[in-house]
Amino acid sequence: MQTILSIATDAFAYGMALFIICIGLSLTMGLMRVVNLAHGAFAMIAGYIASYAARDLGMGYGVAIFLAIIGTIIISIPLERLLYRRIYGSPELTQVLMTIGITFCVIGITNYFFGPTLKTIPLPEALAEPVDLGFRTIAAHRLFVMACGVAVAFGLWYLIERTTFGTKVRATVDNAAMTDALGVRTQVIYAVSFAIAVGLAAFGGVVAAEFLPIEPYYALRYMVIFLVVVSVGGAGSILGAIAACLVLGAVDTSGRYLMPEFGNFFFYAAVIVIVFMFPRGFFGRAQ
Amino acid sequence: MQFVAQTERMTAAPVAGRRRWSRDAVGVILIVAAGVAGYFLFPDSLALLTRIIAVALLVLSLDLIVGYCGVASLGQATLFGAGAYAAGIACVNGVTEPLTLIAIGAVAGAAAGLVMGAIMLRAHGLAQLVLSIAIVQLAHEAANKASAYTGGSDGLAGLFVGPLFGVFEFDLWGQTAYLFGLSLLVAVFIILKFVVSSPFGMLCRGIKEDPIRIRAMGAFVFPVLLKMFVISGAVAGTGGALAAISTQVVGLDSVSFELSANALVMLVLGGLGTLYGALIGTVIFMGFEHVVSAINPFHWMTMVGALLIAVVLAAPGGLSDLLDQISAGKKRNSGGRP
Amino acid sequence: MSDLFRVENLSKSFGGLAVSRNISLHMPAGERLALIGPNGAGKTTFVNLVTGQLKPSEGRVVLNGEDVTGLGAVRRVRKGLVRTFQVTRLFSEMTPEEHVTLTVLQREGRASRILGRFHGNSAIADEVADLLGALGLTEVARRRVREIAYGQQRLLEIAIALALRPKVLLLDEPAAGVPSSETPRIEQALERLPPSLAVLMIEHDMDLVFRFARRVVVLAAGEIIFEGLPSEVAANDKVREAYLGNYAHARNVA
Repeated sequence: MQTILSIATDAFAYGMALFIICIGLSLTMGLMRVVNLAHGAFAMIAGYIASYAARDLGMGYGVAIFLAIIGTIIISIPLERLLYRRIYGSPELTQVLMTIGITFCVIGITNYFFGPTLKTIPLPEALAEPVDLGFRTIAAHRLFVMACGVAVAFGLWYLIERTTFGTKVRATVDNAAMTDALGVRTQVIYAVSFAIAVGLAAFGGVVAAEFLPIEPYYALRYMVIFLVVVSVGGAGSILGAIAACLVLGAVDTSGRYLMPEFGNFFFYAAVIVIVFMFPRGFFGRAQ
Repeated sequence: MQFVAQTERMTAAPVAGRRRWSRDAVGVILIVAAGVAGYFLFPDSLALLTRIIAVALLVLSLDLIVGYCGVASLGQATLFGAGAYAAGIACVNGVTEPLTLIAIGAVAGAAAGLVMGAIMLRAHGLAQLVLSIAIVQLAHEAANKASAYTGGSDGLAGLFVGPLFGVFEFDLWGQTAYLFGLSLLVAVFIILKFVVSSPFGMLCRGIKEDPIRIRAMGAFVFPVLLKMFVISGAVAGTGGALAAISTQVVGLDSVSFELSANALVMLVLGGLGTLYGALIGTVIFMGFEHVVSAINPFHWMTMVGALLIAVVLAAPGGLSDLLDQISAGKKRNSGGRP
Repeated sequence: MSDLFRVENLSKSFGGLAVSRNISLHMPAGERLALIGPNGAGKTTFVNLVTGQLKPSEGRVVLNGEDVTGLGAVRRVRKGLVRTFQVTRLFSEMTPEEHVTLTVLQREGRASRILGRFHGNSAIADEVADLLGALGLTEVARRRVREIAYGQQRLLEIAIALALRPKVLLLDEPAAGVPSSETPRIEQALERLPPSLAVLMIEHDMDLVFRFARRVVVLAAGEIIFEGLPSEVAANDKVREAYLGNYAHARNVA
């Protein structure tokens, strides 16, 4: 019982960490129909910025997170203008190639500037301390990640379902030409949605760094996991992304607890089975 | 125009066919010439050149499913690795005749292609891409864990391959391996040229463009694509077996996501759906990789990334298409995207 | 019953919305039937139900006395139930000759052969040339489809369908999008369809319908509201109402 609870807590924390990063990608793919393999690259950029700010400049954790998000979004703006805007509506293969290209460039350039070493982001003391849950102790940071995940989920849900911006986004997705004709500046909607997705990637990259460490090949190493989450959950669905993150987090965590020597084997086996059974994801829209 | 042409028949068909064959004959001669030139120009780098040939087979196999069938895959190294490990394991267990090893690799690759196709073809779009990645990662983990057979992360070493035809030993300088690989590549290339210009090849092209139209013509789509996966697997498996024989080691990198992604990059660089593009892309990519990544691997990544972006934006048909355009003296239309 | 083709009580609903209601039709060999109806009447849905792209909620499709309702689209084509598309679905980089060759090879069960040549089989080349000639496509046989006129692309759609040697042919708006200068050629092609073939044509161009059809069926809101001779259509009150609604002018139907 204790083991199960223990696994469940870790799985939930890991699942929420994945969710914060992946939900941005899910929105890009579901709402903007762009297969953005460079999503992890933005999380990585944010990780590097946060690490530089907190470790090398000695700034506080909160400030580092803020700088990382703003910095990453600023970097992403010219990319959206010059590159992404040309592949909206292109075939998937084109999008895949372009965004793999961007990923490679980001890896090459960040490592050239910051050196090919693991980047740590020092936690404030309040988050580094263990907290007693009764059946076990857990790092306060994990509780923080869980809270962040829940907050992101509710915030996004509110933004998309309850605000006029959300209405415009949904209208643009359904029929961009018509929405344009109604006077909504769809270019702006795309740009803002993209910035939100990148901001989420940045936020996730920093707070989830304890689970997915910031290292030279981060953008490639976790690209697969992010893609898997989105396709399992169904692109564009918040609920689907949560479900996918929790299921995959559970599979991965219990695999590590129970059969550590088989590593990722169960994770990928589960992915194949799930995608095979639900080719459109748990909550995917009909294509 | 009225229906006066009703009984008029087209008599030019054999002419068009002949021109196509002569073009391919020239192409094959060029490949052989380039291969022989490489042998004399880079006598100290034959191991690298053999590696390029093995990877070229992988990229050719990828062209069959991406370029001719429109199925995108980021897991093609699964099939390459299946061939490499099958040949390697057979070799360690006493099968030393090179052609037999190649055949074993091809069969293993084909079998892997059958399984992979059956899984991947169930999904479409992103889910299909994710399945391909998950499959190669799973294969990677499996090869890692089954270390009793595969050597795990240390790699499968100690392959002692017998002489080719019982005569030509695999020498230290890799001369036999290179010439063997080159002949293999040319043979596979010729066979594939027949495959893609067969009725089956034409059917695949049709499926790539519009599967609904193909169904309305009364043809099933799934079995055709699955067949192409099997052929693709055999080609990739041949490449894997060649890599195993020539280096006498099989490493985990032969069944990896990185190799799969690189193969796709090479293919796109060279151009999809021509077979020539696969060869051009492989040679250019691996040649540059050899030079640049020796200096700094991160420079290499930046360069490949920039090149990919440039190809997508400026030359969606790949380098071979660009060459075609230049040699034909045509100006390309700016709206062209793949 | 000597009907070559029958549709019995075909219905389809998406969720709660019924898009086809209880449609029944019968066609003997050699039939020339036109299916008309205002936009959104469910004509293309009907074609999709008949050809197997969609599964009906209820009802049967019977070809040559055999119930084909349970068969998929491909099997129905192989049994002789062939369609053309409202918006042409052709391979832009292939030539008309290659389209028809591929279709003939498919019909002969040879399209998925790896051994064997696509070009240069003389028996098939003759058949392909005859078909393209009959539809007036000889001159463009070697051009890529994206380079030929839209009217010629529509004719190629018909050539592909005929290459399958259908028993029943469903033409989904064969003249849609064709400039009026080219419609006579489509009309000629329709006149020359094999006499024994049962043809169901969906069309908006009423001149074409009246010249081509021996019987007309009118579909509105997923239901058949009229079935009879072309000369009776315009006079029918239900049809006028379906087409004209509250408008006073009878331009469309007259």
